[in-house]
Amino acid sequence: MTTLITPPRWLLAELTYACPLQCPYCSNPLDYANYKNELATDDWLRVLTQARQMGAVQLGFSGGEPLLRNDLTELVAHAKVLGYYSNLITSGYGLTEEKITQLKNAGLDHIQVSMQASSQELNDYLAGTSSFEDKKQVARWVKKQGYPMVLCVVLHRENIHQMADILAMAEELGADYLELANTQYYGWAHLNRDLLLPTKAQFIQAEALAQAFKEKVAGKMKVYYVVPDFYEDRPKACMNGWGTTFLTIAPDGVALPCHSARQLPGLECPNVKDFSIEAIWKESKAFNFFRGDEWMQEPCRSCDEKGKDFGGCHCQAYLLTGDMHQADPVCSKSPHHGVIQQAIDAAHNASRTEQPLVFRNSKNARLLSN
Amino acid sequence: MTLHPDLAITFSPLHRLQWEEAQQKYIILYPEGMVELNQSSAEILKCCNGERNVQHIIDELETKFATSGLAKDITAFLNVALENSWIQQKVD
Repeated sequence: MTTLITPPRWLLAELTYACPLQCPYCSNPLDYANYKNELATDDWLRVLTQARQMGAVQLGFSGGEPLLRNDLTELVAHAKVLGYYSNLITSGYGLTEEKITQLKNAGLDHIQVSMQASSQELNDYLAGTSSFEDKKQVARWVKKQGYPMVLCVVLHRENIHQMADILAMAEELGADYLELANTQYYGWAHLNRDLLLPTKAQFIQAEALAQAFKEKVAGKMKVYYVVPDFYEDRPKACMNGWGTTFLTIAPDGVALPCHSARQLPGLECPNVKDFSIEAIWKESKAFNFFRGDEWMQEPCRSCDEKGKDFGGCHCQAYLLTGDMHQADPVCSKSPHHGVIQQAIDAAHNASRTEQPLVFRNSKNARLLSN
Repeated sequence: MTLHPDLAITFSPLHRLQWEEAQQKYIILYPEGMVELNQSSAEILKCCNGERNVQHIIDELETKFATSGLAKDITAFLNVALENSWIQQKVD
């Protein structure tokens, strides 16, 4: 049976892996320093055009730090002409008021600014850069210029105790949207998981505060809460279904069904320098790999929730069991579900003095990929 | 938040209503999300131009589609739209 191929709706354009920050939970691959050949401006313009023709409409400019690409304004302007709804996903670091105006004039729809914590000391420690006040100023400028202001805070053991202050900061800055994203354990976050995974008690306390806040600000601020799936027993839905909705293009032009999929073995992810977006989306091995449910093993194959979660996250199955065809071990029906509790226990016993956080920077990337 | 009968209704400046050729549908776009609209919902939202109140919109659409009895459906949808912040009403 052939699976019906729906057109892409979301395009994530990872413009560069370069970044002035060093967050130890970064989702970029550990070996990002090996991918040095960034796409040229013309390649990106073509990718935007082709993906839009297929039906993509939500566009994220991401990275690394997308502001480091000096053709960002040109890409934003092209996206505007094509009718994308474009989002700049930035640390905010180095963003000037002039640049914010320039991007607005070029047609950028909104800016998502990330904060690492609610205090300067912790923010700057996690970012590996003194950036707290600069980012808050950027958030105010974004708001002032009439963009919907999206504030994003990634949550983990180092900052989850600040939840009340983080919520107050979002209110003070006038965020229209607040994304509270519990760390998902891929890339650098997977490497640092023992030091980043909160305890269940910490998570429950923080979630209660967030839910109460969500009700309090209803109608004024929209709160997106990304749950920490290690404390769930149902897995998250893989990308709304593999190859159904999301298309990620990595800085070197590799097309990915999910931004973590680069690590999966044997997918042979195609490059936009060699193929059109249509050929990639419809015909490539990578995008067809987990389409539909033919690939499933038990317990997924006979599961009545397979149409809802699509077997969970394949990247997580690969990281935690070594086999990407397995059910996501977060699922309580997975024969490997025990690895989740082991991870929680390991995190509980870990100490920063014996095993420091590994910050995401080129030096560490080179050490890790040798 | 409830719909005020007398106040004019504006489509939210923080959202975008757009025709999508690939889907042959109107959609609402906003940060991190989108909603696909059926034809009647799209027609209602297109009327939210900052000048019409609820009754004006009902009159407009009943005339446009040469029908009557749309009040209940239109009011129900506008309430949903208000809850989702797709539309707003401002006291001048």
